[in-house]
Amino acid sequence: MQDFTQAFGEAFSLVAAGDAELFGIVSLSLRVTLTALVIACLIGLPLGAVLAATRFPGRRGLSVLASALMGLPPVVVGLLVYMMLSSAGPLGPLQLLYTPTAMIIAQAVLVTPIVVALTQQVIETLHAEYDEQLRIMGLSKLETLSTLLWEARFSLVTVALAGFGRAVAEVGAVMIVGGNIAHATRVMTTAIALETSKGELALALALGLILLAISLAVNAAAMTLRRSAHAAAAVA
Amino acid sequence: MFNRLLAMAAATLLTASPTLASEPFIIVQSTTSTANSGLYDHLLPMFRSKTGIEVRVVAVGTGQAIKNAQNCDGDVLLVHAESAEETFVSEGYGTLRTDLMYNDFVFVGPKDDPAGLAELSGVEAALNAIAQAQAPFASRGDDSGTHKKETTLWRSAGVDPTEASGQWYRETGSGMGATLNVAVGMGAYTMTDRATWIAFGNKGDHRIVLEGVSELFNQYGVVPVNPERCPNVKGAPAQTFVNWLISSEGQEAIAAYRREGQQLFFPNAD
Amino acid sequence: MPFDFSFVRADLSGRDCLPIELSEVGVAKGGRALIDDLNLSIGSGRRTVLMGPNGAGKSLTLRLLQGAIAPDKGVVTAGGRPLDASNRKRIGLVLQRPILLRRSVRANLDHALRAQRVAASARRDQIEELLTLAGLEHRADAPARGLSGGEQQRLSIVRALAAEPDVLLLDEPTASLDPHATQSIERLIDQTTEAGVKVVLVTHDCGQARRLADEVLFLHQGRLAEHTPAATFFKNPVSEPARAYLAGRLVL
Repeated sequence: MQDFTQAFGEAFSLVAAGDAELFGIVSLSLRVTLTALVIACLIGLPLGAVLAATRFPGRRGLSVLASALMGLPPVVVGLLVYMMLSSAGPLGPLQLLYTPTAMIIAQAVLVTPIVVALTQQVIETLHAEYDEQLRIMGLSKLETLSTLLWEARFSLVTVALAGFGRAVAEVGAVMIVGGNIAHATRVMTTAIALETSKGELALALALGLILLAISLAVNAAAMTLRRSAHAAAAVA
Repeated sequence: MFNRLLAMAAATLLTASPTLASEPFIIVQSTTSTANSGLYDHLLPMFRSKTGIEVRVVAVGTGQAIKNAQNCDGDVLLVHAESAEETFVSEGYGTLRTDLMYNDFVFVGPKDDPAGLAELSGVEAALNAIAQAQAPFASRGDDSGTHKKETTLWRSAGVDPTEASGQWYRETGSGMGATLNVAVGMGAYTMTDRATWIAFGNKGDHRIVLEGVSELFNQYGVVPVNPERCPNVKGAPAQTFVNWLISSEGQEAIAAYRREGQQLFFPNAD
Repeated sequence: MPFDFSFVRADLSGRDCLPIELSEVGVAKGGRALIDDLNLSIGSGRRTVLMGPNGAGKSLTLRLLQGAIAPDKGVVTAGGRPLDASNRKRIGLVLQRPILLRRSVRANLDHALRAQRVAASARRDQIEELLTLAGLEHRADAPARGLSGGEQQRLSIVRALAAEPDVLLLDEPTASLDPHATQSIERLIDQTTEAGVKVVLVTHDCGQARRLADEVLFLHQGRLAEHTPAATFFKNPVSEPARAYLAGRLVL
């Protein structure tokens, strides 16, 4: 129990002191995760919508694949990305290993299937409701997809939050491809893993509490946004 | 709309990449003990202010560090498994291996010392006592330098602990810190390098039960990755770093590093 | 209520409505014929009311007329050509339950106009005209799904008019509305007709049919039982099912 009290104390004093190193770690975490999330959404939202609202050969297979990939262990993703980006790998010449870009790639790979699968689910429900009306209006396939995505915007906020949660909490992949290098690629989760391995359990827990607070703040902000927009649109 | 988002993402990606930064940096594939004990935090600022070269440390087990360096994903290798380092050089991955410093391994265990290691004087006797008492022992089990060393010691003690794997012999498959956390958590013995132990923050009631015998000597070596083998390697700054480490200035800096009043690493480059 | 409806039917004068025809049309589901050998043509008369007992195939017929559903057998033509993207655009369909987008009233109309490739500058004026037509000027920025049932249906109708159709098909537009809301919808239908749009309406409400119909199509068991001028239909129906229906005897 002593560790807990100590952890809260340390978390508080770290934040209160405006610790520059902590600030760097937190901002890198957010930058990496949010960039990965934007990429995952740019790929995942349209793809999920296509899987939900169109029929083409291989659609079922893709959809099963996306669901299956949701369960991919981060370490495996880390390894795959490492093997791609390693100097000995096919993308070695880009020299991206041990950079935030590598971490962004790994997290985007990790999060995209989640965005695809959940978007598909959300859009399928909406599509059942809107399909006839949109066909009557003579919308093109592209217009139908963009209309459905915009109509689903409130639910898609939740989808994005699920992706954010997976990415920001993930340690295995960013550890391998980022290398947990101080002041370069150290993020909240790898810092927590490091402090744990140094036996600095209270400090590790303190960082965990800060990560939790950030995650809460992001979720609260998104939910508030969602609720107010929701109320404004008075969704039935 | 879509295009704008794409452009934004591309811009973020580009700015997120520090490889565009002009400042030179090298990557050291390192064992964890030197990083976790805080040695790099002590050395690297000195080196940087002297040369302007930033050193980025990837701290993993010795086995993984060597593997990564073989993939050309580092400029310098700093680990503690002499024969593996020699192989690394002889296979052409490294240019030259140099002794850098040493410390020693210690056995730590629960305060009540159920196998009575504190009364014994040798590693052989200690390991046999643990096996006989079937006292829990936490092994790294991760092909790290420490794990390689531990395996060698069991072999020379004539005990095959892996027969008891999952019983009293617990292979954590993780780093030194994680293994120490396990040992403390389950009241097990374990073998650790002294630096990690001194700097470790979660000792619980564990204490050193065996130390100061010649078999527990722990030699660290440093090897620049071979630029002929790995064209992307930053050969010049890497060599500058190694040269500084083995120079009298670097060696004195290593000797000067202390935690809780104790010297953790003893320089011995010649 | 004065309003400028010129954009909807700018070239209205003297132009014939788009005639739509079903020839030998059949639709089956699960081996059962829902529509069987149906022949009918929509064209004469300004307002056609489609009547018939539940299950007669009224809603299905409306969808066939717009091409929302393709028949299993037979042909649907509009203006003498089989239905395709270009002549379908000239036929509007308003579903019984309005499916409005989760946006403001204005944004719903904007979306419909954009689907018609109307330029942004023209859209603004047209939205105002459609809002006026629907009597929703004061609700323009309200969320569409927050409107009352009658308001939602009016929005749904003017949304269909945004495409400037020659023919507007309405599926029981007042089915679940109170008399006041029903009145506002009927007024909107009048205005639509006055602007030169041919209206085809499905209704169960005989009073409404009497008020609105120029001619009546009576469907029974997926077939056309009667196609007569409204006056004839209500005074002296020709077919037995229609007589039974009007007398309140025919439920199915």
